[in-house]
Amino acid sequence: MLKQRAQSLGVHLILIAYSALALGPILLVVMNSFKARNAIFGAPLAPPNSDTFSLVGYAKVFKASHIGTYFANSLIVTLVSMGLVLLFGAMAAWALTEYKFRGSTALALFLSIGIMVPIRLGSVAILTMMRKSGLNDTLTALILVYVAQGLPLSIFILSEFVQQIPKDLRDAARCDGVPETRIFFEVIAPLLRPAIATVAVFTIVPIWNDLWFPLILTSSDSTHTITLGVQQFLGQYITDWNSVLAALSMAILPVVAIYVIFSRQLISGLTAGAVK
Amino acid sequence: MARLRIDKLNKSYGSARVLADIDLSIENGEFVVLVGPSGCGKSTLLRMIAGLDAPTSGDIFIAGRLVNALAPAERKIAMVFQSYALYPHMDVRKNMTFGLKFTGVAPAERDKRVAEAARMLRLEELLARYPRDLSGGQRQRVAIGRAIVREPDVFLFDEPLSNLDAALRVSTRVEIARLHRLLGATMVYVTHDQIEAMTLADRIVVMNQGRIEQIGKPLDLYYTPANLFVAGFIGSPAMNFFPATVERVEAGEARVKGVSIAPLTLPAGSLTRGAQLTIGVRPEHLTSGAPGAFGATGLVELVERLGEASYAHVRRADDKMMVVEIRGRDTPSPGQTVTFAASTEDLHVFDEAGRRA
Repeated sequence: MLKQRAQSLGVHLILIAYSALALGPILLVVMNSFKARNAIFGAPLAPPNSDTFSLVGYAKVFKASHIGTYFANSLIVTLVSMGLVLLFGAMAAWALTEYKFRGSTALALFLSIGIMVPIRLGSVAILTMMRKSGLNDTLTALILVYVAQGLPLSIFILSEFVQQIPKDLRDAARCDGVPETRIFFEVIAPLLRPAIATVAVFTIVPIWNDLWFPLILTSSDSTHTITLGVQQFLGQYITDWNSVLAALSMAILPVVAIYVIFSRQLISGLTAGAVK
Repeated sequence: MARLRIDKLNKSYGSARVLADIDLSIENGEFVVLVGPSGCGKSTLLRMIAGLDAPTSGDIFIAGRLVNALAPAERKIAMVFQSYALYPHMDVRKNMTFGLKFTGVAPAERDKRVAEAARMLRLEELLARYPRDLSGGQRQRVAIGRAIVREPDVFLFDEPLSNLDAALRVSTRVEIARLHRLLGATMVYVTHDQIEAMTLADRIVVMNQGRIEQIGKPLDLYYTPANLFVAGFIGSPAMNFFPATVERVEAGEARVKGVSIAPLTLPAGSLTRGAQLTIGVRPEHLTSGAPGAFGATGLVELVERLGEASYAHVRRADDKMMVVEIRGRDTPSPGQTVTFAASTEDLHVFDEAGRRA
C-alpha cells in the first residue's frame, strides 16, 4: 500500500517536472510578449505588472507585417496537409492490412523507410523538383512535401489500429452488400476516429512549426508561413523582441486550439459493443 | 429443388487441406447444422457459402444459381456472427437498415421490414439504442434481426450462441428454433456444441478433419452412427468403446471376446474370424441389475450426481474408463466392483476401419 503510494508519488513528480520543463519556455514567451522592451531584458522571469505591461509587440506585428497572410498560409498548409495525410494514410493503412496483393509487403516496407529517413535529406532534390515543375514559391509545394513527410508514420500508426478492428465487422458489411469504399468510409473510418485524432495531432505540430521548407521553397511575402514570417523581426544586429514574442505567442494559439478539438475526439472505448 | 448445393468443394491453404471433396445438398426450408470439433473446417465451409472465402475448387449453388463468382451480397445470404459484428457507431435501427440502403430497398420498405423484425424479436424498445448499451442476448437478437430484414434465400449462423452464458444460450436456442418455424427459411448453422446441433437441426452434418463423417437426422445419428467418430462425438457423456476380437463364426453367429468384457455372441452379419472390432455402448444403456448379453466389470471410482441421473465413472479391466448412467437413488459407491450389462440391440459394432459393421 505504502509502496504503491510512494511509487505513484514518484511517477507524478517526474511527470510534473517534465511538464514544467516543457511548459516553462512557452510560459516565458507568452509572459514576455506582454511586457515592454526594457522589462523583457530587465527581469525576463517576472510576470508583467502594471508598470511593465505593454502591447507594443502585438501592435507592431499587426501594423508592420503581413501577419494575417502568414497566419492564413500556415493554416491552409497545415490543415490541407493534415486532411490529405489522414485521408490517404487511413486508406493506405486499410488497404495494406486488408488486401494482400503482389508487392503489398514491399510497399509497406518502402513506406516504413519514410519513417527512418528524414525528408530534409532530400531538400536539394525537392527544391529542384519544385523548380522544374513550376511549383516553386507556392503553398502547393509545401503541402506536397508535408503530405510526403506525414504519410509514413500515419500509415504505420493507423495500420496498428486497423488491425484491431474486428474482421467480423468487415465481413458483416460485405454480407450486407455494402460496397468496399463505403465499408471503409462508413464502417472502418468512424471506428478509427480516436486513432485519426492521435495521428492528426502528431501530424500538424511539426508542419505548423516547420521553418525549413518554407525557407527554401517560398520566397515571397504572399507564401510565407507564420514561423518564417516571425524571422523578419530577428535581425543580425537588432532583434525586435516584442514583435518576435508577440508573433510566437499568437502562433501557439492555433496548435493549442486544434489539439483541444482533437483531444475531445480521443474517445476510447468507441468500439465497445461491436463484438463481445 | 435443393436450396443450397455444394459440389466437390475443396479448400487448401498451401499444402494444408482444410476441406476435402465436400458434397452437400440442403432442401428448401431445412435447418442444417454443421457440427464438429474445432478446426474441422465447418466455419471455413460456412464462410465459403457466404462468399467470404474462395474455394480452391468445387461449385456452390444457391437457389439453382451458381454463385462461385458472386460477391456475398449477390448470393442472397445473410450471416449471423459469433461476435455479433454489430456496427458500434450505429443505433439498432441503423444497424438493421444500413445494408438495405445499398441493395436497392426503398425507404418505406426498409421501415416496414425493420418494424416486422423488431416485433418478431421483441426489439421495438431497443431500436434507438446503441450496441454498447445492449446485453449479449439483445445484441445477438439485433444481429439476427439484421439478417432477417435482408430476406435472404439462406441464413448462415456461425456459432451464434458461443458468447452467451448458459441460461441465455438455452433461451436464444429456443428463439432460433421458433424463428425457423416462423420464417420457414433455409438455415445453415455452425456449432461445436452437439446439444445445439441435436436440438435445432432437421439434419446434422458431422465434420471431422475437413471431411463429412455423416449426414442424418439427429436421432438417426444418435442411434445408428456410421462410424466411431460420430459415435463418440454425438451424445454426452460420450459412448464407451470396448476393443474386441471375433473368435469364431458359425451358424450365423459370431463369438466375440475382449479384455474388458465378458465373452458374447453377436449376429454374424459381415463379421469374419479374427476381425478386430470396437463395441460401443452408450452410458444410459448399461445397467447394473439384470444380466444381459453384454457384460463389463469394473471398479467404481467416482459417482457424479446430477439429480435426474448419476454418472458412475468405472475403471475397466483394461485400465480404461467407462461411464454408466444410473437412474434413481440406488447408486453404487466408489470402491465397489460392479458388473454392468447391456442388451445386444443397444450395442454398436464397428470394424477395424471404424465403420459401422
